[in-house]
Amino acid sequence: MLDQLIHQLVVPVLYILAIVLPLVLAVAMFVYWERKVLGWMHVRMGPNKIGPFGLLQAFADVTKLLIKEVILPTKANRFLYYMAPMIALIPALAVWAVVPFSSTMVLSNANAGVLYLLAMTSMGVYGIIIAGWASNSRYALLGAMRSAAQVISYELAMGLCLVCVLVLAGSLNLTEIVNAQAGSKGIFDWFWLPLLPVFVIYFISGVAETNRAPFDMAEGESEIVAGFHVEYSGSAFALFFLAEYANMILVSFLAAVLFMGGWLSPFPASWGFIGHGGFPWLLIKAFLFSFMFLWFRATFPRYRYDQIMRLGWKVFIPIAIAWVFVAGLLKYYGLVSIGTGA
Amino acid sequence: MNPQLFQLICFYAFGFVTVAAALSVITLRNSVHAVLALVLTFFSAACLWILLEAEFLALALIVVYVGAVMVLFLFVVMMLDIDQAKMREGFVKFLPVGLIVAAVMLVEMLGLIGVRAMQAQVMGADPAIAAGMSNTEWLGHALYTTFLLPFEIAALILTVGIVAAVALTLRERRAARWEPASQQVKVNPRDRVRIVKMAAVRPDEPTAPQEPQP
Repeated sequence: MLDQLIHQLVVPVLYILAIVLPLVLAVAMFVYWERKVLGWMHVRMGPNKIGPFGLLQAFADVTKLLIKEVILPTKANRFLYYMAPMIALIPALAVWAVVPFSSTMVLSNANAGVLYLLAMTSMGVYGIIIAGWASNSRYALLGAMRSAAQVISYELAMGLCLVCVLVLAGSLNLTEIVNAQAGSKGIFDWFWLPLLPVFVIYFISGVAETNRAPFDMAEGESEIVAGFHVEYSGSAFALFFLAEYANMILVSFLAAVLFMGGWLSPFPASWGFIGHGGFPWLLIKAFLFSFMFLWFRATFPRYRYDQIMRLGWKVFIPIAIAWVFVAGLLKYYGLVSIGTGA
Repeated sequence: MNPQLFQLICFYAFGFVTVAAALSVITLRNSVHAVLALVLTFFSAACLWILLEAEFLALALIVVYVGAVMVLFLFVVMMLDIDQAKMREGFVKFLPVGLIVAAVMLVEMLGLIGVRAMQAQVMGADPAIAAGMSNTEWLGHALYTTFLLPFEIAALILTVGIVAAVALTLRERRAARWEPASQQVKVNPRDRVRIVKMAAVRPDEPTAPQEPQP
């Protein structure tokens, strides 16, 4: 009885902690890295006072946020106001259950992994909408409305990109999707090459989905102050922050898993230890993608609302639909070789 | 713990949440709360389907209803300015009509269940498990081979519905000043901004107003 309890309850909880704690730490260091990179791109120093090279800046920020008071605005809906940050954070953490970190390292090797991914990411928008409505503020409501419209539009394009991937891989299981990209040609066996337009669309949709610059209409500091979380302070705000950055890291990991061969090594297996796949390769790829989030933010001005909608509906979705057919033809005529994984 | 017992406990827990959420959809006073309760109903119904190993249906329910349809519902309900007091007026007046409708529906449902129960047959084994595939894979095979024509017809009907909805609600606003986005995208910066090169000038004259030093 006790044996079973440990096996069914304690061990999964330990696995979950082994994913969530490094994730939270990664978010903290990613915020520091973002401020540092933005600083360098603006030709200034970035945080450099707390700890060596300012490395402890993120922890100072977290401590500050946690000991601040959470203020409930007048006539706000108390229950939903406090629920919204949790509703935003829970799907952002739950998605990580199906992300494969290496060929054997995955919390849940679910058959319908890609569907689970879509289901969880589509629920993240509730946190934003409920926050916007419950704070009883015009700016917050406007931010929530913009965000809802944007996330739903880009989810369609993102879903069609995933359809292309699973047509080629022939599976909804993320581990099998990575194994399908294995092959003798290394980097040219990965799905970014046959699915190049879709790969670009997926990453841009991912940026839009996480409400990051240049698609940060939901926050839009110059127009609606800070959008949906304008009334939040202290730890409640910290939870929104955590959810947003966890989602950014997730999109980076997924871009690596779906299109860039996940944990596979770009070098041939005969090259010794750098030829072997493993978690470090996935980490390097995800790091490069997450760096692009910061690069975009420093480079592009914010999109206008109607331009965002036009890009999503009139450019991305038609291209993605057309590429579903292309992917089908590539698969039918055997132009893409599917590795079996080893 | 016995796995079947564990499943039974899960079933009752999810079932209780589903029923409680469904009841609160019709009893909660605030319409936004009611919509959120409906979201919870869908979500726990999806959990029940997962227990049945119908993972495709469950996840599709979450993606389509929870992730898209209910977000738009919430969107609309939040924008509506509903007068709660006015909504509650005339409760006694409409109560008899409501009771009659409820009674007729109850009789119809019981009758239907009774007729079905007489012809009930024991459900066969799960065809997906019998074929040794995952539920999603089996559903895909069935939809694209045996049931291809009905599936495509359903897709066509949905597309017609979308086109009809757009055609009915699209109206041109003549007052709006509007410029095609494709023209805006293709604009050449040189048509808008002229960069003038000029030599740097030094304010040598002492009469020139001095800039304040930062």
